[in-house]
Amino acid sequence: MFAYIVRRLALMLVTLIGISIIIFVLLRVVPGNIVDILFDAAGFVDPTDKANLEKELGLNLPIYQQYLNWIGGLLHGDLGYSYVSEKPALQEILPRIPITARLAALALLFSASIGIPLGVLSAVHQGSRLDYTLRVVSLSGLSLPSFWLGLLILMASVSLFGHMPIYNPNPATWTEAFAIYAVPAMAVGFRSAALTMRITRSSMLEILRQDYIRTARAKGASEASVNYRHALKNAILPVITVIGIEAAFLIGGLIVTETVFNIPGVARFLVEALRWRDYPIVQNLVMLIAVVVVVANFTVDMLYAAIDPRIRYGD
Amino acid sequence: MSEARKDDTILDVKNLQTVFFTNSGLFRAVDDVSFTVRRGETLAIVGESGCGKSVTALSVMRLVPDPPGRVVGGSVTLEGTDLLSLDEAEMRDIRGNRISMIFQEPMTSLNPVMRIGDQITEVLRLHQEMTAKEAWAKAVEMLRLVRIPEPDRRAHEYPHQLSGGMRQRAMIAMALACRPALLIADEPTTALDVTIQAQILALIVDLQKKLGTGLILITHDLGVVAQTAQRVIVMYAGKKVEEATVEDLFENPKHPYTRGLMASMPAVISFGAKTDARLNEIPGMVPSLTNLPPGCAFAPRCRLAVDRCRAEYPPLQEVDGDHFAACWRATELVGVP
Repeated sequence: MFAYIVRRLALMLVTLIGISIIIFVLLRVVPGNIVDILFDAAGFVDPTDKANLEKELGLNLPIYQQYLNWIGGLLHGDLGYSYVSEKPALQEILPRIPITARLAALALLFSASIGIPLGVLSAVHQGSRLDYTLRVVSLSGLSLPSFWLGLLILMASVSLFGHMPIYNPNPATWTEAFAIYAVPAMAVGFRSAALTMRITRSSMLEILRQDYIRTARAKGASEASVNYRHALKNAILPVITVIGIEAAFLIGGLIVTETVFNIPGVARFLVEALRWRDYPIVQNLVMLIAVVVVVANFTVDMLYAAIDPRIRYGD
Repeated sequence: MSEARKDDTILDVKNLQTVFFTNSGLFRAVDDVSFTVRRGETLAIVGESGCGKSVTALSVMRLVPDPPGRVVGGSVTLEGTDLLSLDEAEMRDIRGNRISMIFQEPMTSLNPVMRIGDQITEVLRLHQEMTAKEAWAKAVEMLRLVRIPEPDRRAHEYPHQLSGGMRQRAMIAMALACRPALLIADEPTTALDVTIQAQILALIVDLQKKLGTGLILITHDLGVVAQTAQRVIVMYAGKKVEEATVEDLFENPKHPYTRGLMASMPAVISFGAKTDARLNEIPGMVPSLTNLPPGCAFAPRCRLAVDRCRAEYPPLQEVDGDHFAACWRATELVGVP
């Protein structure tokens, strides 16, 4: 097990190095850098000014040199300076992380706490009216894009309450905090909840047919115990996989949701930085997302071993 | 039926009828089956696959999957309680406590993500007032009783760490933990190696004697029946076709189907002896339960069938003292090979 974890960690490192190269190259393949954008807006400018600015930002160096500078800085905890604000990139990114992390955690919590019980319910009452209703609702969850759902929620709140939740870094009341975080989290988590529900349902249907479920009934176990204690623990593995993948996909959903709800999180910041070709911000943020995804995958694999005694790594 | 026997009865099944509603129509998986089990007695239910043996057992446990199945008639009385009239919560108190069941597949009948000890503990805590610690100690004791070596260590293991025979022992420990009045063993040795089969069977019979449990042994293996049972019922196409004591049945089978089953048992031939004798088989197939012939269900495969057999279903009648058969020609069959 220990050897396996060491091997996995080494592999994660290799993956991250690969990702960093891809991010770096892709960013520079996109035509135009911040200097082009600034000077194009100004009309005709002296090319020497432009060259000076490029030199100042280090954009004139060969690509591999720029890459090595970035990675060298990363290893020392120096993420460089934002081209736009001229502040250290770390200072720009760090305060935004908790906002997005809170949203993402809430969205995942929402999708698991709604998706799993409803999936169990749907499987246990397979073919009933409840099952069909839940399946239609979950299908809508998969088909509604989260930005559109977000807009609908905003419009509904305006027409129902006369106002809409506006982001405030220090919410005064619990209800305000709820409106600020929970509503966007639900908008972005609805899709994951729907997916979680569908996977839970099909996994449960498979497990409920197993012999050991009959054994549990023959012991005199109650329906709740049969469904949750005996069946769900066996059915949860594919659900965990899906939640793990969703955790990664969530960033994509958050970009639009943060924009729609005007929340100053990491995801919206990434889009703004991309618009300005603010390389230090973009490459560090994408790297951060990559780390989150890789760690989420690793956590899922470890959870497998924790939940299913038949899964043992590295023996 | 003598008075003494009646008093000892723990399970009394009368005219049990279980039907399945499927897309291809309604079929009677168990049709008008009656039997009793006395304290400490072993009743064997014998028949081919699909004859209704397992559904009979599941009907007694009230575990027939509904839909598509349902018990539609008859009564099941356990120690004076009519099980079919209980509500689900009351029935749960009976299951695993007064009646237990062992299944055919020890590989898949235990929950793969729960420790063996926890699975036994669960049934104890469901039915008996025990702390977690007491129940665990009792679970280990049960594992020792079914002769699992190192029960303390095994209790902490998961099913995949145990062999097939060991898992079936654990199932037996779980089934007997609450000292049930009745144990139903549905083909308990079919999935096991031949060498293990005899051990498991001996263990079940031994514990049954020790604990005074009534046993319903469901099997298609007449060898197993001869070794363990006192009484046998033979089922065919959902109906009971013969019932007798085990000696009587083997010496003097009355129903042509029972005779066919016995003739198709391979005889043990001493090593080195040459034989070109072919194993007997019963010609034809078990009829589809959705499309039964009007008369005796076995008539199409029976070489003794007459016109009456094909037209009218023969009632179960006493052909000899305590020996019942459902065959128009049962009484004529003495001495017919």
